[in-house]
Amino acid sequence: MPLFQARVQVSLRPSVLDPAGEATRAAAARLGIDGVRRLRIGKAIELELEAADALAARQQIELLSDRLLANPVIENWQVEVLGNPLSDEEAGQ
Amino acid sequence: MSVGIVVFPGSNCDRDVRWALEGCVGLTTRFLWHEEQDLSGLDAVVIPGGFSYGDYLRCGAIARFSPVLEAVKAFADSGGPVLGICNGFQVLTEMGLLPGALTRNARLHFICETSELTVQPGPCRWLQAYGAAERIALPIAHGEGRFQCDDRQLADLEAHGQIVLRYSRNPNGSVADVAGLCNRQGNVLGLMPHPERACDPATGGQDGRRLLASLLA
Repeated sequence: MPLFQARVQVSLRPSVLDPAGEATRAAAARLGIDGVRRLRIGKAIELELEAADALAARQQIELLSDRLLANPVIENWQVEVLGNPLSDEEAGQ
Repeated sequence: MSVGIVVFPGSNCDRDVRWALEGCVGLTTRFLWHEEQDLSGLDAVVIPGGFSYGDYLRCGAIARFSPVLEAVKAFADSGGPVLGICNGFQVLTEMGLLPGALTRNARLHFICETSELTVQPGPCRWLQAYGAAERIALPIAHGEGRFQCDDRQLADLEAHGQIVLRYSRNPNGSVADVAGLCNRQGNVLGLMPHPERACDPATGGQDGRRLLASLLA
């Protein structure tokens, strides 16, 4: 089965306070950069997944994002499937 | 009366809960390793505090998929009493037994102090020994205890009397001062404070004792 590379971007919903982001923004000012108006911290999850085709890969990663990688009560997520499936050689098999 | 105490890799209040239930209240307990699924003979389940699976990804996110919690979910759905303390509360929200989510404290600090709470027992079977609007003191110790939910969900919780514990002085930025919630049926309670650490006058009061002793009622 082809191997797909993907990146899932998880971010706090805009309505949820991000105290770590605010603390980081305050540190930016202490570095002398006063212009930072907004700074939100999320996480990026990089993964490789074997699936029959690109559609199946996307469906599985979306399920994974919704049920495990993000908590939809407080977080939004976005899936990016990166380029073409890797050949076996590139995947190191 | 026998109580199961769930133990994940990273749980650290499991022995405190056992000490409180056995030594202070006089119940028998059984540890439930996270890979177990057999709840036979148990009358209640406690999910204790700590850092289940290292709190990787999010607090409670990995724990939710453990075999023991499949059994606990079925136990709760059939009306069995389930109590989640601190990390256990986070786990209950991740598994969907309680609504909302617990996020990083508003001022980022890990807060370890005694907290004054107001109890509104409502339908909660764990809190029937407390009076309406009774004020109690329980210790809190958490970095991610800021309860979060949307306005519609909050209105729903208020309407059904599910916000059973509120902070008198909100330490962490929780929506509506929420310190503890129960489900509509009243058998599942999740709270950030630690009742098991307040069961003996020698270790900081005994306001938590009636909560655990409710299993005897």
